[in-house]
Amino acid sequence: MRRNGVAAVSALLLCLFFATPHASALTPQDEARYQTLINQLRCLVCQNQTIADSNAPLAADLREQVKKQIEAGRSDAEIKAYLTDRYGDFVLYKPPFKPTTWLLWIGPFVLLLLAVLLALRFTRRRASPVAPPVVDAQALQALLDAEHREDEGARR
Amino acid sequence: MRLRYLVPVALLLGLLVLLGIGLRHDPREVPSPLIGKPAPALSLAVLGREGSLLKTEDLKGRPVLVNYFASWCAACVDEHPFLMQLAAKGVEIIGVDYKDTPEDVQAWLARHGNPYRTVISDPQGSAGLDWGVYGAPETFVLDAQGTIVYKQIGAMNERVWEDRIAQHFGSRP
Amino acid sequence: MIPELGHFALIAALLVAVLQLLLPAWGVYRRDRRLMATAASAAQTQFLLILTSYLCLTWAFVSRDWSLAYVAANSHSDLPLAYRISAVWGAHEGSMLLWVLMLSAWGAAVSVFNRRLPPDLAATTLAVLGAVGIGFLLFILLTSNPFTVNFPVPDNGRDLNPLLQDPGLVIHPPMLYMGYVGFSVAFAFALAALISGRLDAAWARWTRPWTTTAWLFLTGGITLGSWWAYHELGWGGWWFWDPVENASFMPWLVGTALIHSLAVTEKRGQLKAWTVLLAILAFALSLLGTFLVRSGVLVSVHAFATDPARGIFILSFLAAVLGIAFVLYAWRAPRFVSEGELALFSREGLLLLNNVFLVTAAAAVLLGTLYPLLAEAFNLGKVSVGPPYFNMVFLPLTAPLAVLIGFASSVGWKRARVAEVFRRARLPLLAALIGGALLPLLLGHRLLIPAVAGGVLALWMLLTSVQELWRRVRARREAWAGLTQIPRAVWGMSLAHAGLGVWVLGVTFVSLYSIEQDVRLGPGQTAELAGYAFRFDGIVPRPGPNYDADHAQVQIEHEGRPVASLQPEKRLYRATRQVMTEAAVDHTPLRDLYVALGEPIDKNNAGGDWALRLYYKPMMRLVWWGGVLMALGGLIAVSDRRYRLARVASTQPLSSQVPA
Repeated sequence: MRRNGVAAVSALLLCLFFATPHASALTPQDEARYQTLINQLRCLVCQNQTIADSNAPLAADLREQVKKQIEAGRSDAEIKAYLTDRYGDFVLYKPPFKPTTWLLWIGPFVLLLLAVLLALRFTRRRASPVAPPVVDAQALQALLDAEHREDEGARR
Repeated sequence: MRLRYLVPVALLLGLLVLLGIGLRHDPREVPSPLIGKPAPALSLAVLGREGSLLKTEDLKGRPVLVNYFASWCAACVDEHPFLMQLAAKGVEIIGVDYKDTPEDVQAWLARHGNPYRTVISDPQGSAGLDWGVYGAPETFVLDAQGTIVYKQIGAMNERVWEDRIAQHFGSRP
Repeated sequence: MIPELGHFALIAALLVAVLQLLLPAWGVYRRDRRLMATAASAAQTQFLLILTSYLCLTWAFVSRDWSLAYVAANSHSDLPLAYRISAVWGAHEGSMLLWVLMLSAWGAAVSVFNRRLPPDLAATTLAVLGAVGIGFLLFILLTSNPFTVNFPVPDNGRDLNPLLQDPGLVIHPPMLYMGYVGFSVAFAFALAALISGRLDAAWARWTRPWTTTAWLFLTGGITLGSWWAYHELGWGGWWFWDPVENASFMPWLVGTALIHSLAVTEKRGQLKAWTVLLAILAFALSLLGTFLVRSGVLVSVHAFATDPARGIFILSFLAAVLGIAFVLYAWRAPRFVSEGELALFSREGLLLLNNVFLVTAAAAVLLGTLYPLLAEAFNLGKVSVGPPYFNMVFLPLTAPLAVLIGFASSVGWKRARVAEVFRRARLPLLAALIGGALLPLLLGHRLLIPAVAGGVLALWMLLTSVQELWRRVRARREAWAGLTQIPRAVWGMSLAHAGLGVWVLGVTFVSLYSIEQDVRLGPGQTAELAGYAFRFDGIVPRPGPNYDADHAQVQIEHEGRPVASLQPEKRLYRATRQVMTEAAVDHTPLRDLYVALGEPIDKNNAGGDWALRLYYKPMMRLVWWGGVLMALGGLIAVSDRRYRLARVASTQPLSSQVPA
């Protein structure tokens, strides 16, 4: 059924983490942009690699595309749009910020805020002195043991 | 007050449902963003007809299957008999020979038989890139307006055809 | 014969596990101490049976018994002995057997070391472990049996996955599993507390060493896994936020939170229900990790061969175990009332904040890991959540922890004196600020704000940890006496915190200042990287036991002086026809030089130009050393004598009335 019907581990072996070097004709700034971009794009064949790392032929094609478009003066956003138009958001290792990913991007921080508020409320609520002082471990142990003896006694 | 102690159970239920749904999906399949959109531009040499090009406009007017395949692709051999059946029923299949050489594909077609009305060559995979192809075989279903209505990733088979594709070919075979 | 024995032992172990659940449970219900006592012998018997089964499978590997499907699929007659032994856990079935072996080992250890626990607590704990064991043994026997027979018997095996033929992988999975599985003990203690309705300082004290032990194994396992990926995959990275990595990292984060909340529960009798919840969660995340890795719901580098039946089984098991645990929690936890007040500016207050950040960070990792699933389930499209996301979200969530750690020992229990705390913080803070700013410059790097921030935080953690030890040494008249008088728990904490500082320093520098370059070199040609000259001296063919390698020579010079000679390899494994790169690394504490061999530019001319990838990675070693220090801190903390004293103290009254 699946094209990659082989066990996934062996599929990984076809996905060596090795890209053939390209002869760099880019300016240093463009080269940096190129590296950043290809390190954020996901390869569709070897799906757990960036196109920078993958040696799959498709990854090589995509690297070539990215390079060509940088040379043609296209912006990062335009290059990403070119790829998502064809392959969807799946190619972006950094998911775009849009309604369907709001939960993903904001969720953790909302959660943190909530957790901090809860913790603060917890400390404040408990600040009212009602409970007895802490019993030390030894004393507690003695209590526990006494309880056991009682249990035993009850059974016998 | 005691309600908050139920939060973990609730979260667990949600998680279980989510994981249960997840079990039924194939995580490796990347759905195409091109579905519902007009087929991307295409202009490729027709195999065996020197100087003749096939363009996107040529795909309009009737439903067709556009099948990306290659002589190096193992799963293409698996789906091949079914494509032969479809062709025999009169379904028009356009073959795009993906990242391959004319010699190899001629030999492959001679050996297995040719289900394609037309075969066009995409030796560099540049058309494949525009169509969002990431392997072979992949099959696009185009309606009469030239809109992509479905994409099958991986080998085509009877079930996919009956469930997802046959409807677009109307009452014809 | 021997494989049949192994299979039989495994079935027997399942029966014993059933007894380990039922007899003690009945005993606790009837308050019958003799029935409760069966738990210990059942746990030990179960361990011996699974060990037998495991050794039988190992024997099948060692003796190249291709009649077992699992052996034939994961070994080969040319495979060296060490890898034939480690191949037992090289794929799904055998690694599950290793998993239950460790689960039963933890159970047996509990039965031996906890003889002096209140008998009902010990019995309930072991019964819970028995129940967990039943689930995993059934899983193996029903869906993943390594003793399935092959017919007809093949002439030779298909060989172990070449990726796994590496010393790092020989020890990484056992370590990691010890950690994963070890949280089952804390889980069992938590359930015992819920069932008995008793949760006190003694309970926390008994649970602590088990939790710390599991945690230190997990720390070691993750560190080793990262080290293995770094030098075996040839990509120069050490962490990719892959689902399988996250699966081990989430229990680590929650386990770390648990260690800290247990301290509060023990010392102050607070956060009781929360501690129990964390103990359940740490194990829940271990189970979830197992599900994620073995069911194939997510795309991962290290997915096992998947089978829907396995996914459904683990999911049902997950539902049963966690369902019972959480329902029990909802029912019983409200009775765990905490004692006294909890002031924010006190040690328990800081530990509460520590929990807030750690648990939120774990939740963020969970959200990112499962989001692709969530998006697909709700038809929100197919998304990838990768390293850029995790780095952006995880750093702000955890950076405050680094600040808190600096106050770990200066803030006292109950209520701290603000002035005193800040007086003590002045010196390390000043030193961290200056050191953090100077460090990049001293090492010849550009000054980057994130680097300074990371350096300051790292030094802050390091210096405050050392300061605490120093303060305690100075409190004594003699330095040596001072050193030996420091309780091991304090040593452990300081080492672990210092380890985190070392780790942060490494991560900061390696992420910000690494340089990599893909080059094309012919024999005799040189490439320059970060001031180092890499000279490629060509390739020699070199056969290994079960592979053929292209063995490259690379000489590295720095300012005209030879620094290192590296031999990266490209191996073709004969049985599987798979190609692997063996990267070569020269390392000092301050930098790694890393060379990976790619392909010959002309496929037919190995004597011509080759593609190579070169890396300069500053402070890479500190990432591993930080992990090692943390694990070592855990080890020392566990050996603290008060855990032993606690047991002795609880012995006397109980043992005096045993004979009846």
